[in-house]
Amino acid sequence: MKAKRVFAGFLAAAMALSMAACGTKGTDDTSKKPDDKTAGSENELTVWCWDPAFNIYAMEQAAEVYKKDHPDFKLNVVETPWADIQTKLTTAATSDDLESLPDIMLMQDNAFQKNVISYPDAFKDLGEAGIDFSQFAEAKTAYSVIDGKNYGVPFDNGTVVAAYRTDILKEAGYTVDDFKDITWDEYIEKGKDVLKKTGKPLLSCQSGESDVIMMMLQSAGASLFDDEGKPSMKDNDALKKVMETYSELVKSGVLVEVNDWDQYVGSLTGSTVAGTINGCWILASIQTAEDQKGNWAVTNMPSLTSLEGATNYSNNGGSSWAVTANCKNTDLAYDFLKSTFAGSVELYETILPKSGALATYIPAGESKVYAEPQEFFGGQTIYKDITDFAAKTPSNNTGVYYYEARDAVATAIQNVVAGEDIDSAIQTAQETVEFAMGE
Amino acid sequence: MNKKMSLSRKQNLAGWAFLTPATLLIAIMSFYPMIQALILSFQKGKGNQLTWAGLYNYTRMFKDAVFMQSLKNCFLYLIIQVPIMLVLALILASLLNNKNLRFKGLFRTAIFLPCATSLVSYATIFRSLFAVDGLINVILIKLGILDVGYNFLSHATSARIVLIIALVWRWTGYNMVFYLSGLQNIEYSVYEAAKIDGATPFQSFWKITVPLLKPTILLTAIMSTNGTLQLFDESVNLTGGGPANATITMSHYIYNMSFKYVPNFGYAAAMSYLILILVAVLAFVQMKVGDKRD
Repeated sequence: MKAKRVFAGFLAAAMALSMAACGTKGTDDTSKKPDDKTAGSENELTVWCWDPAFNIYAMEQAAEVYKKDHPDFKLNVVETPWADIQTKLTTAATSDDLESLPDIMLMQDNAFQKNVISYPDAFKDLGEAGIDFSQFAEAKTAYSVIDGKNYGVPFDNGTVVAAYRTDILKEAGYTVDDFKDITWDEYIEKGKDVLKKTGKPLLSCQSGESDVIMMMLQSAGASLFDDEGKPSMKDNDALKKVMETYSELVKSGVLVEVNDWDQYVGSLTGSTVAGTINGCWILASIQTAEDQKGNWAVTNMPSLTSLEGATNYSNNGGSSWAVTANCKNTDLAYDFLKSTFAGSVELYETILPKSGALATYIPAGESKVYAEPQEFFGGQTIYKDITDFAAKTPSNNTGVYYYEARDAVATAIQNVVAGEDIDSAIQTAQETVEFAMGE
Repeated sequence: MNKKMSLSRKQNLAGWAFLTPATLLIAIMSFYPMIQALILSFQKGKGNQLTWAGLYNYTRMFKDAVFMQSLKNCFLYLIIQVPIMLVLALILASLLNNKNLRFKGLFRTAIFLPCATSLVSYATIFRSLFAVDGLINVILIKLGILDVGYNFLSHATSARIVLIIALVWRWTGYNMVFYLSGLQNIEYSVYEAAKIDGATPFQSFWKITVPLLKPTILLTAIMSTNGTLQLFDESVNLTGGGPANATITMSHYIYNMSFKYVPNFGYAAAMSYLILILVAVLAFVQMKVGDKRD
């Protein structure tokens, strides 16, 4: 009886291990799928990316461009959300079985360092691909350079825009020009006025996410890490200023925190806020609200008040193409990327109007398409403006432990909003990241 | 003699043949990964760049402020949510076991129905219910209790309460079914005899139902303990672990460690083993305390 009971206890406890199996070699089953075509045809490439209206569309257009000179070329795009790409990559790389990976995958810039350093054998060094990386914005290319080697072909960028509802601002007696080149102090002051007159906050964001914080920080050229990759949150004047500004935004009601992404987009399309600040890819979501056509305008974001190096420009998000080590036909993959995303202005001209995929390929920025007025934004030539913003954006250090630092800062800011002292909250965040880096 | 031997041999062989497929499957799908995870838990490093580290990961977790926070959160849920849920399930089960109750099937189905919903979707629905402009806030404002919407999920205490409410809603019916089936084994005449002897309904519940259901109560307590310590979906989907890690669970942190942060599988596996040890110890204690049959 006793032995039986002990055994029963073990069985109950064995369920606890379901999580432990995640990282082990027991998860091989995903790697031998029959749809694994990467090793198959000589003229075919398989690509993973995630957004049908955005990067998948861009990839398909790139295939069309490439087909003009290579009629036999075949592209197989598999729609895979970013979280799944990360999970599949982790599974494949930890099991030392890269066969399940595609030839090319799209990777979030913020995850690039982490993945290449964790799985150096899973990616191809693009040094011999013959791509001229000097044709891309340097701050952008830096995300995918590890130990001086290029691992990614830059794709879209996340230049920060401040988008405002001109009709709501008008109601409060403002125009969008009142929000151009301003500081956060002025923003909060005007925001309070708008809130009083219209009942609408100027800004919404997801609580527990640190997007707004990171945008503010980068706008002053500051980072959570120093040049050597060590956490630099303590005694970081810019971070302290950002924390003060953010908590003031929340307290004044100018910024309203929501709980998830859908509620955030809902606050824009449902007219509960008078504007937003985010990477320019947010414009695709804004444009889903047909009834607000002509009522939006875009300008630069506020700058941190009285801080050295503060600008009105920043970046949030963006992604780059990586070639995996599973790619059997590397010459084809290199040539494809070289003659499309790293060489075809025509491609960028095609994808811009429909997807808003803002190029980091410098020659494309000079194209006429970028100067066309956009009806949704009251005839403003937003893409030209955003390209100007992009050129002025200061670069920052992301580092390998970027996601740890982001979460630590998000925790800190929530504690600050709840009343904790800023210095001690930052101190805790610094310790959390240092602990994570201690392996 | 010889013939007899071969017959028992035959029977033995048949028995083994029936056992082998299941045994092999369990060994390959369950025990092999467990052993691999154990080996992994003694290694450290980023991704697949692993080196041996001995017991390093096991000592490391006790210095990890976030992990300790997640451990506390799990025990908070365990201490508050599990008793509430089990008592509620027991009360509901004895109410629904009443022979004279009408529409019994309807009530039983209604209470069990939450268990048929997916963990992710119910967590998402609770999140939107408790949103700033969600149903709960709208009702509270309409009733005049609140002036503006309260963001339940961005305050530590209220976020925990919402999570506990969600858990109770989701799992009470599940435990109730166990009690209901346990109650079927109690002869109705026992209750009749108690009634004749002048026992109040409360007395017969306390003196008959609870003692006779003890094995079932023990089972549900162990299952709930196990489930609570491994809580994942609710933390990820309902609160996102926030605000400021106030609701993050151990499994959620292990997931982050493996897939969101710089992958540290050795450490993640070590933390999983701590959950195993905790569940085993708690189950053992509950059995010692709860089951006095031999």
